[in-house]
Amino acid sequence: MWSTRTRNWFLAPTVLTLLVIGIFPLLFALNISLRQYQITNPGLGFGWNNFANYVTVLSDSYFWGSLGRTFFFLALTLPVQFILGLLIALILHRQEWPFLRAVARVALVIPLATTPAVVGLIGRLMFDSDFGLANWIVTLFGAGKISFLGDPNLALFSLAVMDTWQWTPFFALVLLASLTAVPQDAVEAATLETTRRWDLFRYVEWPYLLPGLTAVLILRTADTMKLFDLIFVMTRGGPGTATELISVYTQRIGFRVFDQGVAAAMAILSLIVTIILARWYIRIFYREAE
Amino acid sequence: MSQGVRSTPRRKHLWHWLVGLLLLGIIVLTLFPFLWMVAASLKSRADVLAFPPVWVFSPTLDNYQKALSRVDVIRSLVNSIFIATTSTGLALLIGTSAAYALARWDWRGKRDLWFWIISNRFMSPIVLALPFFLMARALGALDNPWTLVAIYLTFNIPIVVWIVMDQIRNVPRDLDEAAIVDGATPFQAFFRVVLPLALPGVVVSAILCFIFSWNELLYALVLTRSASRTAPVAATSFMSGYDLPWGEIMATGTMIVLPVIVFAMLVSRHLVRGLTLGAVK
Repeated sequence: MWSTRTRNWFLAPTVLTLLVIGIFPLLFALNISLRQYQITNPGLGFGWNNFANYVTVLSDSYFWGSLGRTFFFLALTLPVQFILGLLIALILHRQEWPFLRAVARVALVIPLATTPAVVGLIGRLMFDSDFGLANWIVTLFGAGKISFLGDPNLALFSLAVMDTWQWTPFFALVLLASLTAVPQDAVEAATLETTRRWDLFRYVEWPYLLPGLTAVLILRTADTMKLFDLIFVMTRGGPGTATELISVYTQRIGFRVFDQGVAAAMAILSLIVTIILARWYIRIFYREAE
Repeated sequence: MSQGVRSTPRRKHLWHWLVGLLLLGIIVLTLFPFLWMVAASLKSRADVLAFPPVWVFSPTLDNYQKALSRVDVIRSLVNSIFIATTSTGLALLIGTSAAYALARWDWRGKRDLWFWIISNRFMSPIVLALPFFLMARALGALDNPWTLVAIYLTFNIPIVVWIVMDQIRNVPRDLDEAAIVDGATPFQAFFRVVLPLALPGVVVSAILCFIFSWNELLYALVLTRSASRTAPVAATSFMSGYDLPWGEIMATGTMIVLPVIVFAMLVSRHLVRGLTLGAVK
């Protein structure tokens, strides 16, 4: 029964499908990335161009700018989401108020499931320069109305707020799951040694939090590299290029500037980053699959 | 939990209420943006645009009526249902058998195959969107729902394979062997014995696939025009020009989000596992 042939029949549908929709398009993108390729400008031909697309990308200050903004955005959102998520997890891990805790756990699922494009719509509503709620809060403090999405610095900040609303629950739920996995006898043994909450956290709970935290950090990094929906809806990368993170820039070159060769080169470069992140993630978390 | 040892009853009391307050704060902040959208969808135009914002208003369903009288909104919702359901169904059909192979057989290179299948989940949509666009254009398959069904398989199949494989590992191997001894083929043993026992995993992965397909924007934006436009694309297409129909936009947003929230609640216990591909249980 456990013959190799039987096994291959079971694997075939998945392998064939992923070859057609996963590998073939990648090879196609690789091919395009090495050619002059502008479908709106066929007069230029579609010949090989000696890595000119890659040279264009790597010497393009907008590309580096968008990459820099992507990392800046990560530096802005990851620490905040982690700290808020950890605090939420620690509060939810306590014994008090079982009903409120249950409600909070259910509530945390809502931002995670909300369609990212719709999160962008909500962002447009809340940060509107005329009637937005953010402006109401600003005027409560006596300041005048601000064009949040029209100001280069504030636009990126507004995106970070919406991103934080959507993804802090991810940190919270993962860290809560890890806290729940701390063996009760380890906690009891530790409480005999110390009465300080910090010691309990640092020496007993923290080691259990690390794997989950690592998982979330890698996934959030990968997600930010592909962050598109929220930005496209809220700012389209503007004002100017102030909120143009890497995948918004690639999309603009490929589908609005219409230079597919250069866009493919950028896509291949981000693919390399993706593969590194994915390998790293899988190596850490799936030793058992070996 | 350990702070109780030394603290006075009075301090403990205070702490208790503080935790309650923090919990309330978490709930309010987590729900607020979502509820603000729902509220806007029920407001009259004047109330949506009011400044300072209106907190108490008489709700109206006008916005829903207007949104649903637009052909493009209805069509996009129908498209989304078709595309998400079909892609989920196909992913189950294709992926579950690979999950079985990965759970039951061991061979050299299994890890590499596993890595390759799962890594599709990490793929940045922008990497595949471009070649898919050019291929679909050449084949005349732009604005065709099946193109989206196919491209969504790139993230749906890994989800199915991972979750169902994990579930099948919990089904004792003796059961398949007993079925074979009774004269079943390996395929019958898989479909009639193993798969029904792995049903919880199948259901969870199906719901996760549906959520991810339903929420997707970039592929849908690039690969559709009008006929097979999905709901998120339709909602974002409202956002051009001045004088935006905010009420209708928020009504459409609410209608898009509600089904996925219901689904997410159903699998809330597995959501974290699904999002981390099982790294966190």
